[in-house]
Amino acid sequence: MIDRHLHHATRLGRHPSRFRLGGTPVVTVLLGSMVTALPVIAQSPSMPPFGLLILLAWRLLRPELLRAWIGLPLGLFDDMMSGQPIGSAMCLWTLTLIGIDAVEHRMVWRGYRQDWLIASVAIIFCLAGGAFFARITGGGEIKLILVAPQMLWTILLFPFIVRQCARIDRWRVMA
Amino acid sequence: MARPPSRRPGHNRKAQYGLFASYVVAVTGAVVGLLLVVVAIFDPAGFAAIRTGTAELTRPLSTGLRHMVSGAASIDEVLAAYWRAGTQNVALRRQVEADRNQIIEAKAVARENARLKKLLKLVDEDGSEVLAARLISSSSSSARRFARLNAGSWQGVRAGMPVRAPEGLIGRVHTTTPNTAEVLLLTDSSNIVPVRRANDDIPAISTGLGDGTLEIRALSAGRNPFKPGDLLVTSGIGGIYQPNVPVAVVVRVQGEIAYGVPLANPSRVDAVVVERAFEQVVTRSDANTPMEQETSAAENAAAP
Repeated sequence: MIDRHLHHATRLGRHPSRFRLGGTPVVTVLLGSMVTALPVIAQSPSMPPFGLLILLAWRLLRPELLRAWIGLPLGLFDDMMSGQPIGSAMCLWTLTLIGIDAVEHRMVWRGYRQDWLIASVAIIFCLAGGAFFARITGGGEIKLILVAPQMLWTILLFPFIVRQCARIDRWRVMA
Repeated sequence: MARPPSRRPGHNRKAQYGLFASYVVAVTGAVVGLLLVVVAIFDPAGFAAIRTGTAELTRPLSTGLRHMVSGAASIDEVLAAYWRAGTQNVALRRQVEADRNQIIEAKAVARENARLKKLLKLVDEDGSEVLAARLISSSSSSARRFARLNAGSWQGVRAGMPVRAPEGLIGRVHTTTPNTAEVLLLTDSSNIVPVRRANDDIPAISTGLGDGTLEIRALSAGRNPFKPGDLLVTSGIGGIYQPNVPVAVVVRVQGEIAYGVPLANPSRVDAVVVERAFEQVVTRSDANTPMEQETSAAENAAAP
């Protein structure tokens, strides 16, 4: 920097740090997974899976940011925070990301509604798969209808989460 | 909007290999995740140790928030109490008058009870209570019903110990970490509790449904003996739960199944008590005299 007094004058020509550019999406997904640390003692699966929602929002908003393997570490962290068996979100999230990669090129037209559709299918897949995994690992008779309300409001919440991710994205790329 | 640009890296070999490698890692990882789930089928608590780190790290956060929430949650109760202060005062005073006589009677009964027990040489004060702690968070986004307890193996909590509140049964400890423990709530669909109807000892099995209610099946053949309003308590069969802990009240009967609601709501209770498993309490041999052991064995046999 030539003139120290110009430091606060303009934002032009300055770049955000690499950590902010690459780490922001990961950190937000981790924070989303940590919502289960809130002191809510739920009597039914009522809380939307915020980690999954934020991951989907970033993936659909910024396709170049996250590779498919990012589902592994993020899914492992989500498994540690939620009561799901370890490996459940690891498997489901990675499969979801691979699936989005595969589907993306087959769609001729992409827009807001297509994104929401992709996210809805992904949410239904992950929640149904999570209920199935919970059932086969000693969870007893868990019926799919039990997670249906959670599916519904997770899907309805997706547009809101995308907006918030877009807001964070604007902060992320601006120095 | 047109579709996003292709992720195919063109003719750049290095980028091609990089993309390929990322998919290999992803698919391998997904298979590993599946294998972990398969392992969990046979050993549900096997990888619970992995949770230790996150459970310990989020414990202070959850505990702090829990204190704030319990403060905020009682504000409406305080306001409501002010609103009804006058009538409530009169009603409470009448209640106290009525209760006083009953307390005197109860004291007399308790004394007589103690005397009779002394005659029978039964030990009632068994010291089954391990500690009292708070529930600080739960698996709110999962299909399983776990709650996290603010005490763990360093405080003496062990897997399998029953957890109860003053209002009734909460569940039992599933896994422990040094300072936290996961409690399998009564409403989890894998939590099966042997119960009996409080007034006439009809045995039944209570299973959680995962949505905050319980499914109660009578063990006796024939038509369903339950009706709405029946009170269910633990029967002590199975050796985990102490007998006579309130469990649930029946709200609906449908065919052979009765549906109940737990009496203790884990989100409303202030503190919960971790107890020793019932079998450990009755067969504990810290008093090493053969006489004591004999009586405790007799008590065990006499337990319903």
